[in-house]
Amino acid sequence: MLRLQNIYKSFEGKPVLSDVNLTVPQGATHALIGSSGSGKTTLLRITLGLIPFDKGYVKIDDQALLSFTPVQWADRIGYVPQDGGLFPHITGFRNVSLIATLRGWRTQKIADRVEELRKLVDLDPAVLGSFPFEMSGGQQQRVAIMRAAMMDPAVMLLDEPMAALDPLIRRSLQRELKSIFQRLGKTVLLVTHDLGEAVYLAEAITLLHEGRVVQSGAYRDLLRHPADPFVTQFINAQRTLPDAAEIA
Amino acid sequence: MKRALLAGCVAAMFGLVPAGAVAADAIVVGSKAFTEGYVLGEIAAQTIESASTVPVSRKLGMGSTGILFAALNSGAIDVYSDYTGTLTEAILKRPELKSIDDIQQALLAMDLVMSGPLGFDDTYALAVKESFAEQHQLHSISDLAGVETKIRAAFSYEFMDRKDGFQGMAASYHLHFAPQNVNRMEHSLTYQAIDDGAVDLIDLYSTDAKIEKSQLRVLKDDHGYFPVYQAVWVARKDFTERHPREWQALLNLQGSISERAMIDMNAQADIQHLSFAKIAARHLGSEAPRSQSLKSNILQRTREHLWLVGIALLFSVVIGIPLGLVAVRFHAAGQAILIFSALIQTVPSLALLCFLIPLFGVGMKPALAALCLYSLLPVVLNTFTGIRSIDPKHVENARAFGMTGRQILLRIVLPLASPTVLAGIKTATIVSIGTATLAALVGAGGYGAPIVSGLSLNDVPTILTGAIPAALMALIAYGVFELLGLVLIPAGLRKQT
Repeated sequence: MLRLQNIYKSFEGKPVLSDVNLTVPQGATHALIGSSGSGKTTLLRITLGLIPFDKGYVKIDDQALLSFTPVQWADRIGYVPQDGGLFPHITGFRNVSLIATLRGWRTQKIADRVEELRKLVDLDPAVLGSFPFEMSGGQQQRVAIMRAAMMDPAVMLLDEPMAALDPLIRRSLQRELKSIFQRLGKTVLLVTHDLGEAVYLAEAITLLHEGRVVQSGAYRDLLRHPADPFVTQFINAQRTLPDAAEIA
Repeated sequence: MKRALLAGCVAAMFGLVPAGAVAADAIVVGSKAFTEGYVLGEIAAQTIESASTVPVSRKLGMGSTGILFAALNSGAIDVYSDYTGTLTEAILKRPELKSIDDIQQALLAMDLVMSGPLGFDDTYALAVKESFAEQHQLHSISDLAGVETKIRAAFSYEFMDRKDGFQGMAASYHLHFAPQNVNRMEHSLTYQAIDDGAVDLIDLYSTDAKIEKSQLRVLKDDHGYFPVYQAVWVARKDFTERHPREWQALLNLQGSISERAMIDMNAQADIQHLSFAKIAARHLGSEAPRSQSLKSNILQRTREHLWLVGIALLFSVVIGIPLGLVAVRFHAAGQAILIFSALIQTVPSLALLCFLIPLFGVGMKPALAALCLYSLLPVVLNTFTGIRSIDPKHVENARAFGMTGRQILLRIVLPLASPTVLAGIKTATIVSIGTATLAALVGAGGYGAPIVSGLSLNDVPTILTGAIPAALMALIAYGVFELLGLVLIPAGLRKQT
C-alpha cells in the first residue's frame, strides 16, 4: 500500500502542493492526473525521495520514507520514467540488471530474475541483447518495466508511460500494460495527463489542480458527482472527437 | 578485457620510455642553433670523448643565449661555446668589460668559468672582392678613405640600424659614403649582390662560410671599432672541478681555431653539407665518431617525442578530466578553470617555453610543463561540455533507482560523455605531437631537433627527417584513437549517429 498524507511543498515561498492525500491500496492501480503545472511531477519526485517536502508523510505499507536510506527506498519503489528512460549506452539486459549488479547479486540470480520478468512482460529474448536505439517504443517500455520490477519493489511508479508513442501503438500497449500490471500484482501509481489512459488502466483516479487534490475516486464518481466544476471542465476538455451525428 | 587493452596501450606508450635520458654522470654539451654553434659543440663533445671515458651527451641547437645560460645555471648542460661580446652585453650586461681577465672575473662571481679565446673573432666586418682589393690596394677599413665616394655598398638592415654598426663605423673612420651608393638589403642577398658585381662593399660576420666561396677580402678593423666577439668556452664552475681533465682538454683548444679554419668549417656545413661530426673530427685530426645511422637516430627521436607527448597526455587525462568535473560541479570555479586553460592556449609556444625556463630550467621539464598546459584545454573543455550535454533526466533516473553519486559518475555520466571526452584527448594528443617539435629549442630533443638544425643549415632533407615522422606519428595517433574509441565508447552510443 502506498500512502501520501498531508503533503505540503513550496518553492521559494510559493506553495506547489497543499495538503495532498492519496492512497493506493495493496495490488491496486491508481492514476494521478492533472494538467501541466498541477504539481503532479513534484508529487512524483517527492514520492521517489528525490526532493525534500515541507510537511506530511510518504509511506509504503505504513513505513515512512524518512525512516529509510535513499537506496532502501529506491528498492521499494520501482520507477518507470517517461517513455521508459532507458540508459542509451547499455543493452536492454544491462539496463534491467544494473541495480541488481550494484547491489552485488550473483550472476545466476540476476539471469534467473531477468528471465522471469522477460516472460512476464512477454519480450522477445533478442531484444535484451540490443541497445535502446535499436528497440521499438513498445520494447523500450517493456524493458523499462522489467528494470523497475527487478528488485521486486512493493510499489511501481510510472510517469507518463506512453506520452511519446504513436496513438495506434499506444492503444495496443495499454492493453498489454493492463495485463502486465495484473500479472505483476503490484501496487501501481500511474502519473499521466491523459484521462483516457487513466480510466482504462486504473481503478481509481486522483485529480490534482494547482497543487491540491480536487477529487479522488472512480471515474464514474468523478463523472456523476463532480466535487468541483473544474472536474467536469477537465473531463469535457478531454472528450474525444465529435461523432458523425454531431458534424451533420 | 577493456581494462587489459587500455593498460596495454599505456604500457606500450611508456615501455619505450627512458628516452634520450641522460646518464647521471654524463657530461652535457650544449650549443646555439646556428651553424657555428653546432660545429663548436661537436668539437667540444669529441674533444671530451677522446680525453675521457665519461659519456658525453649532446644537446646541440638550443634556442637562444638566454636559454643556454638558463641551462648552464640549472645544470642541464655543463659547457657550451659563446662569444665575449655576447657575454658582456647579454649575460653580464656590462659592455664596458673588455679584457678577458675582467670578463672571467665577472663570470666567476656567477659560478661560471670562461676559457681563453679559441682563436677567432666572429664580429661585423667589411669585405670587398679580392680583385677589387688588389686593384685599389685595400687591406684595412682605413684604406677605404680614398675610394669611399665612388664605392657602391650593400649593407644589412641590422648593420645599418645598430648603434655600433654603420653610422658609428663611418664616424670613427671619417668615411663619407655617397648616400645614393649605400643600399640596404637582406644579409643573405648582399653576397648575391657582390657576386653579381652590383656592389663593391658589403658587411658580413667575420666567419661567414661564403667569404671564401665569393672570393672576398675582409678588411682589417685597424681602429678596433667593432666590438670583439671572441669565441670561448663557458662552463659551470662545479663541472670544471668535477672533471678537471676534461676541462683541461677543452682549454687545450684555446688559440687553436683560426678565423680561416672556422670559415672553412662553416663552409663545409653550409655549402658542402658535411655532418657536424665529420667536420669536427677533420679539424681535430681524428676519426669521426661513427655517426648514428638514420634509422637509430629517428628511433631515438621517436622515443623522445613519444615520451614528451605521452607524459603530457597522461597529465591532461589525470588532471584535465577531474578539472572538467569540478567545472561542471562548481559554476564559479568552473568558469575560472575554463578561462585559465583557454588563456594558456593563447600564449605562443615559444613564449610559454621561455616563461617556464626560470621555473623548470631547460631540457625535458619545461617542455613537458608547456605540453601539459597546452593539452589541458581540449580535455577540460570536452569533459565539461560532454557532461553538460548529457540529458539531465538520466542522472535523475539513476538517483531514483538508488544509485550513489559515485556509481552515477562512473556508470552513467562518464560513459555517456565518453565520446566527447575522448575527442578532447585526441585533439590534445595531435596538438602535442606538433607542439613537441618546439621542445628541441630547450634541449628536450624529439623530432624538433632535426627540424631546428635543418632550419639553421637551410637543409631540407634534415628538416624532413623530423617533419615526416612527426606527421606520421600524428596520423598513427589518429588511428589509435579511432581504435580506442571502439574499446572505450559504449557500443550503444557508437552506433548512434
